[in-house]
Amino acid sequence: MTSAPASPPHVAARAVDLRKTYGTGGATVHALAGVSLELEAGRFTAIMGPSGSGKSTLMHCLAALDTPSAGEVEVDGTELSRLKDKALTQLRRERIGFVFQAFNLIPTLTAQENILLPLNLAGKKPDQAWFDTVVDTVGLRDRLGHRPNQMSGGQQQRVACARALVSKPSIVFADEPTGNLDSTSGAEVLSFLRRSVDEFGQTIVMVTHDAVAASYCDRVVFLADGKVVDEFRDPDRDQILEHMTALQTLAAAAGSPGDEV
Amino acid sequence: MIKLTLRNLFARKIRLLMSGLAIVLGVAFLSGVLVFSNGLSSTFDGIIYGSTPDGVVRAEDSASFEATPAATDAVITPDQLAELAALPEVERADGDVVGFGMSLLAEDGTVVGGTGAPTLAFNYHDAPNIEGEKILELVDGEWPTAADQIVLDEAAAENGGYEIGDDVGLLAPFGDPERSATLTGIAEFNGGGTAGATLLLFDTEGAQQIFLGGKDVFNQVTLTAAPGVSQSELADAADAVAPDGFEAVTGDEVAEESQDAIGQFLDVISTFLLVFAIIAVIVGGFIIVNTFSILVAQRSRELALLRALGASRRQVVRSVLLEAFVLSVLASTVGIALGLLLARGLAAVFRSVGLDIAGSALTLDVGAVVTSYVVGIAVTMVAAYLPARRAGQVSPVAAMRADITPARGSLRRRIIIGSLLLAIGAGVAITGVVGAPGSDAAWIGVGAVIWILTVAAIASVVGHPVLVACRAFFGRLFGTTGRLAGENALRDPRRTGATASALMIGMALVSTIGVLAASLNTSLDDVVDEQFTADFLVQNTTFTPFSTSIGDELAAVDGVDVVSRQQWASTQFEGDPLFVSGLDQEFDRIYDLTEVEGSSVVADDKAVVTDEFATSHDFEVGSPLSLTLPGGKSLDLEIGGIVEPSEVISMVNVSLDALEGAGIQRQDNAISILAADGADLDAVGEALDDAAAATPTVAVYDKEEFADSIRDQVNQLLFMIYGLLALAIVIAVIGIINTLGLSVIERTREIGLLRAIGMNRPKLRRMITLESVAIAVLGAVLGMALGLIIGVLLRESLKEDLTSLGLPLTQLVVFLVIAVVVGVLAAVIPAIRASRLNVLEAISTE
Repeated sequence: MTSAPASPPHVAARAVDLRKTYGTGGATVHALAGVSLELEAGRFTAIMGPSGSGKSTLMHCLAALDTPSAGEVEVDGTELSRLKDKALTQLRRERIGFVFQAFNLIPTLTAQENILLPLNLAGKKPDQAWFDTVVDTVGLRDRLGHRPNQMSGGQQQRVACARALVSKPSIVFADEPTGNLDSTSGAEVLSFLRRSVDEFGQTIVMVTHDAVAASYCDRVVFLADGKVVDEFRDPDRDQILEHMTALQTLAAAAGSPGDEV
Repeated sequence: MIKLTLRNLFARKIRLLMSGLAIVLGVAFLSGVLVFSNGLSSTFDGIIYGSTPDGVVRAEDSASFEATPAATDAVITPDQLAELAALPEVERADGDVVGFGMSLLAEDGTVVGGTGAPTLAFNYHDAPNIEGEKILELVDGEWPTAADQIVLDEAAAENGGYEIGDDVGLLAPFGDPERSATLTGIAEFNGGGTAGATLLLFDTEGAQQIFLGGKDVFNQVTLTAAPGVSQSELADAADAVAPDGFEAVTGDEVAEESQDAIGQFLDVISTFLLVFAIIAVIVGGFIIVNTFSILVAQRSRELALLRALGASRRQVVRSVLLEAFVLSVLASTVGIALGLLLARGLAAVFRSVGLDIAGSALTLDVGAVVTSYVVGIAVTMVAAYLPARRAGQVSPVAAMRADITPARGSLRRRIIIGSLLLAIGAGVAITGVVGAPGSDAAWIGVGAVIWILTVAAIASVVGHPVLVACRAFFGRLFGTTGRLAGENALRDPRRTGATASALMIGMALVSTIGVLAASLNTSLDDVVDEQFTADFLVQNTTFTPFSTSIGDELAAVDGVDVVSRQQWASTQFEGDPLFVSGLDQEFDRIYDLTEVEGSSVVADDKAVVTDEFATSHDFEVGSPLSLTLPGGKSLDLEIGGIVEPSEVISMVNVSLDALEGAGIQRQDNAISILAADGADLDAVGEALDDAAAATPTVAVYDKEEFADSIRDQVNQLLFMIYGLLALAIVIAVIGIINTLGLSVIERTREIGLLRAIGMNRPKLRRMITLESVAIAVLGAVLGMALGLIIGVLLRESLKEDLTSLGLPLTQLVVFLVIAVVVGVLAAVIPAIRASRLNVLEAISTE
């Protein structure tokens, strides 16, 4: 991108008065009702909230997967609303990494091929030293030739993490990365994400409703009814759990504003 | 359960449409062919019954619609005609002059009609047909009343560019070839139209001048029964007074003979078309198997849920079969309707080659409807049975599992059974080649069918190397996108294999025919070089005889050394029709026949036969040979020599003198010419062309042109077959579209993931297109490999005619290119659909 960064470099992504509505008239659902948020570079941020709070929608908008109804999104200094599909694809490919809850890998490719897929799609040569570092960090050296169906769920998710990191993106979005894993595998994945923030200065944003997962983060942002309601710095598990329970009680009392997207 | 089934069916409209389309096209082709065949025979029936009188007196043994009619000197005098007319059973007797070999020239000097339907020339009279109606109907103008007047049918006048009052150019088969007459009217058969035939109607005197040397005689009599007299009473009475060598037959008998003769010809056309309809239906069946397999696989969780809720295995199977049944009924109905249109299309194609079928004759009859439904429904049900059975085997537990991988039986059993069947197929084919009883080609044909079906069933296994090669190739050419496409094609080998099989069948047939045609082409050169030792060959483009005066003119051309004439005649030998060649004395100077026994030269009563003929009838040199000719005459000969067969002679060859002596009027069917030593062949060829130019139906070929003229005919047939097989390929394309469409739906989340991590739309479309190309190439490669093997084997079994093997390499490359194009086209819709998938929805699909 030739345009000068529009925001200080320490902000990896920014949302300004972000709104997302579904349906029209009486059936209108506000998934996001004006979210403003800055995600700092080199931090591990969790976005939490009860079902229907809009946390997934927020992540999708931040990650250039979905278009907001109103408001602005900026990723790595680039304003997204002006970009067409081609440019958005390129942005995702070059500056954003993804880890999903499930179905994260292409079943026909080996672990190594999966990890290198974004680089190959972009037609770029992988940085061998960086690739080795990432692979060794996730501990998959001996699994590189395996296909997804020959690996455990935890291993698959670590491959997905490696894939997200190998292209050195400005920001990695993880959507419930431990949702399908047992606690041991989940812990492995989370500590790997933590290490990549600490050791490589990677920016990671994770959507989760798991307090244990969120406790690995530097910062937890709470969402309810499409709005940011609270946030913690360097949280511990009990703090998060307590807060979540309160939010859920609130949400139950108010009635769910919309379905999780 | 039924309600659920129907709801399922309509919930997947696109799927329904696509798999239905395969049945629709197959059934449409089938019903179209049936309707067309019916129209064909009813058109001819109309003309035959509309043009046949109560009774006919004709030369003995001269059945109507003979393959090569020859003029005989058997005639009826006006006195004899009067005697017939005087019979109390006879209301009226009209003398006919029926001529053969006449051609109509257009204003610009070209021949009207040409190689298609025949040109019928006869004298006009107003005797009624069996129904008591007029045989011929005047459309415009007047009937001919003078020797120099003529009436044509409408199409002939139009194609010739003639209007009433114009001078019409004609080519006569006797005497002076060039004639002309004034057009006085336009006529057609009472049944309507002429089915494409060209009608030349003269007055009696005019016809006698052309065909009977101007003598006041007739070669046939049309009888009309007196009131209350039956056809057989009429025929019996007439037979009693008919001149020697003539017989009286009833109108019904004549009509029946005509129907039999035309029926054979029509049967060939119908069977030919039917074969392709069957191929289309079989290919459609493959697509049904595949579509239902995929649908069942996709729905396995739903089916498992049904099982878990208490549906019995049989109920699940039945629900899938019911779905197939409803689909087949709907699709067959549409197919039958479409078939009517297709029949009209076929009629238009045949009209363009001169076989005119009235649009009103193209109607659906009960038989065609029932056959189409039965075939459409049966094929669909049979094809859906296997997937349905698999659906029943889904275990209820599958409903609880998060990830469903449909049970995949090992491919090993398939490989074993497949190899066994391939071996059996090879065995059958080899048995044929080695010399089992019966036709070699038939043995190979059976082997080929076993092979094609087996390879179709194990395409997933045998096609693996092709797909691996595609993957490597695509990977090298298109990077990761290509690699992914290759992997996707390899991912479900059964699905890829089954989809490719549909294309394979068409490609196998096309390649087999390609090999045979290429072999024919190369063999043709051999045959022409070795056997056609003449420098020039003269033949009528319609293979009908022509006037001997043409030969006289050619003989006078400078640089011509030897002119040998041949005349063909239809005779009967021991009750069976036998085609005989009459050769002149010069024949021996041009052609070198390999003598097995005796002399290869025909003389007055010495015939030359092939060793094949001699062996099958236990003849040796000196044996008597008696042939029957039209008009009750017989040709009593002695076998003077036995030779090896050659393309330039018939099984039995006699002298021209012998034929003329038996009352067959002298005409030429072919003339062979040898140029003088040292003469410039090109110059002689040009001079010969000039000499024959006045008679456009007669063509002078040098060796190369002669080979080309045969090649043209072969190529025409070849293109027709390719055209018909194109339908099978269209159906196969639908199969690929179907499979890809279903795969895209199945891989929605994967596609979403790819898009999320940075694959752009063009690359995604390319990925799907390449997968499609891989499937198409697999089908083409398997089909061409099979086609080559089958073609080579068939060539081997036809070694006597196809002396050398030709491989259609250019054509094979073209087929491969077509396959790639087919793949690209088939991917258009699925690729667009995939690239339009919403990334977000794609990854959040549960």
